[in-house]
Amino acid sequence: MKTMKNKITAVFKKFIDGDFDIEAKEIKVKPEIKSEHKEQSMKERYLIWHDNHGVHSFKTIYAGCSIFVCVTLAVILLYTVSYLPAYGNPLNPANNEVSDRYTEFGLEETGAVNTVAGMILDYRAFDTFGESAVLFVAASIVMMLLKKDEKKRSKHLEDHSRDPIIKHIAQVIVPCLLIFGVYLVLNGHLSPGGGFSGGAVMGAGLILYSSAFGYRKASKVITDKLLRNIVFVSFCFYAVAKGYSFFTGANHIPTGIPLGTAGNIISSGLILPLNIAVGLIVTCTMYSFYALFNKGEI
Amino acid sequence: MIVFELILLGFLIFCSIAVSISKSLYSTVVIFMSYSLVMSLIWIILRSPDLAITEAAVGAGVTTILFFITLKNIDNMKDGNTDENDEE
Repeated sequence: MKTMKNKITAVFKKFIDGDFDIEAKEIKVKPEIKSEHKEQSMKERYLIWHDNHGVHSFKTIYAGCSIFVCVTLAVILLYTVSYLPAYGNPLNPANNEVSDRYTEFGLEETGAVNTVAGMILDYRAFDTFGESAVLFVAASIVMMLLKKDEKKRSKHLEDHSRDPIIKHIAQVIVPCLLIFGVYLVLNGHLSPGGGFSGGAVMGAGLILYSSAFGYRKASKVITDKLLRNIVFVSFCFYAVAKGYSFFTGANHIPTGIPLGTAGNIISSGLILPLNIAVGLIVTCTMYSFYALFNKGEI
Repeated sequence: MIVFELILLGFLIFCSIAVSISKSLYSTVVIFMSYSLVMSLIWIILRSPDLAITEAAVGAGVTTILFFITLKNIDNMKDGNTDENDEE
């Protein structure tokens, strides 16, 4: 009984340590003992069988436990879902005066045809600022964890010859991606899109460029300092602009920023510059994620 | 349209089961990417094209690339041909 217990604890420890190969262990144990002791008493045989069976039963218990945990979690979550209000019910708490105000006065108050942009960059601009800050913190932490030291920076970083197919396709796709991203950012207040989506598309374009044409070529244009400066300036602009508009809004002072005619590119007050700022932050963050993960430097 | 939506939803379920079952990590990442792509189609059907764009760019593009790079680095570490640069 004790040996079985030891075995199970050993296997469990291995399993915790990340050695998932229980099957291999089981197979390994069997022949070793059998080859050493050809003549075995009934009791020894029983013990060996018991050991192997112990591992087996551990596996069964483990599978049973995991299934039990999963099923219990699923049942609890589904039970909670059953308390949610019915979908489409007009009396749902989601249908309150806030969304009414957004749909009725959104265009008038923000000047943005795209109501979503009006919401996230005007009514709830503080949330968007927090989201950009989350991205910024994530990028800083990735930089702290993955950035390599000056002296350890690889001199042997040879850009091995790239696949010509990828190169040629990237030549066609990258400009389209970048222009599409710019379009999304600049038309954020008129059509679906906005800072985050446009920035993500532009970041994907930069990543594709860097991976198709080699790291050297990309790092000539996109340097560490440039990315940091762009992010810093965008952040400061966002904070100052939104601080100004919150200050004036809270004190009922007219902001003095014209909303323009709805539907024009230059309209809707602060939303366009804020979209540009968010787009730049997202682009730089995406690209620096890629560069830091891949090479350890931008 | 309903049939199309049902097919997409079935594909989502299929993908999420396949992700957990699949043994190879690389194929898991590819399946995850296809999940994101189908999800972006569903966002379009649900009439939120901005989310669809974001899902396609971030979920299918950037996340997949980051996963691939991470797996590549882990494989490099496993093979033992790391220099001091990759130790950290």
